[in-house]
Amino acid sequence: MTLIAVTRATLFKDLRLEWRSKDAINSMLFFALLVVVVFSFSFDPNAEESRQIAGGLVWVAFLFAAVVALNQTWARELRNQVLDAYRVSPAPANSLFIAKALGNFIFVAVLEGLMTPLFIMFYQLRSLGPSWQLIPVAGLGTWALVVNGTFFAAMSLRTRSREIMLPLLLFPISIPALLGMVNATTAILTGELSARFWIVLLACYDVVFTIACLLLFELVLQAE
Amino acid sequence: MKRVFPILVVLVSAFLGYAAYQALVVAPTEQTMGNVQRIFYYHVSSAWTAFLLFTINFVASVIYLIRRNPAADAVALVSAEVGVVFCTVVLVTGPLWARPVWGIWWTWDVRLTSTLVLWLIYLSYLMLRRFSTSSQTPVLAAALAVFGALDVPLVYFSIWIFRTQHPQPVIGAGGSIDPRMMHVLLINWLAFLCLAALLCWARYHLERMRREIEETEALEALLEPRGSR
Repeated sequence: MTLIAVTRATLFKDLRLEWRSKDAINSMLFFALLVVVVFSFSFDPNAEESRQIAGGLVWVAFLFAAVVALNQTWARELRNQVLDAYRVSPAPANSLFIAKALGNFIFVAVLEGLMTPLFIMFYQLRSLGPSWQLIPVAGLGTWALVVNGTFFAAMSLRTRSREIMLPLLLFPISIPALLGMVNATTAILTGELSARFWIVLLACYDVVFTIACLLLFELVLQAE
Repeated sequence: MKRVFPILVVLVSAFLGYAAYQALVVAPTEQTMGNVQRIFYYHVSSAWTAFLLFTINFVASVIYLIRRNPAADAVALVSAEVGVVFCTVVLVTGPLWARPVWGIWWTWDVRLTSTLVLWLIYLSYLMLRRFSTSSQTPVLAAALAVFGALDVPLVYFSIWIFRTQHPQPVIGAGGSIDPRMMHVLLINWLAFLCLAALLCWARYHLERMRREIEETEALEALLEPRGSR
């Protein structure tokens, strides 16, 4: 089987599983909702203040929620030794990785789509800058989180207390990406600065770490 | 090891004492900052030592990924551990100096932030090694070390566009430093390097011994007849 065929089969299997169980998306949604509510009444900002802090709040909420989904990525494959079966099969390791990363990207993107109206409502957000730029920021930022997240979730499978290990590995490496997302979002919302530098930074981060993940994933998959 | 180690400890301690004397007494007092500036000799020496150790860790990790040489993995582990210690010294001495001179403990300046992120990455590296249940922990750790090395330049450039508050390098690049201060700094760096080398060497031996014991125990467990336990 070719790389694309395996990727497609794995991706559709994951999407179908998620569509029927809705495990990841429900827990993510509820978690993100809690974060939005708690932040909203602990800061209670007016429209001007919320423009300054919303970038940080939104992305912290999405980051925490994404970890919930990322932790379930591989746990599903441990049951019935699916991962071991995959390891001995001739299917390329990278197609499994790409399928998982794309699946997570879709889950987190759906979450973002559903949560954004809530954020706008709770924080009375109105963008003063070019708001269409939020779309590339969200796309690149989400990919930055899920590509490394999927990789480190596979890595933390091999550790004790793996649910705690994932954020410990993922957050330090994600600092430049988070900085890029937060600053780009704030720049767009306040309309004072250009977000271009941060979008370029996010794109560089995505390219560098996507290549690194693809080169190293097979090692991590085979490490028992 | 048993005989040489105490001698080396005495030698390195004496050297560190001499370096401290140089830094605290011999080195001229800085005009504007006064005696506070003397922490510079420890701050910069630790920083250079830590960065050197993290570079060694990265090189050893890459060598391990290519050659699968267990010694390279032990070197990577040891250099990361000792590097974190020296990086902690940098992060503690920095704010101690910054408070009287800048008036603030901390600022999100490019050098400070990069050092902090580096420290966080290597803490997570040590955590991974500690919590791993895999028989191939070295592979996982080496992969993480590569990710960390890719991350640092990105961190640096992402904060670089803000105006940087850290004093510009006084060594090279058009900076000026009193030659006597430079002399003291180099003595201190050398002393710190000796200390780091000693720590790494001792830790490396410990790690090799620990692995040998583990292997022997595993072998004995295999050789033991089934019913005896």
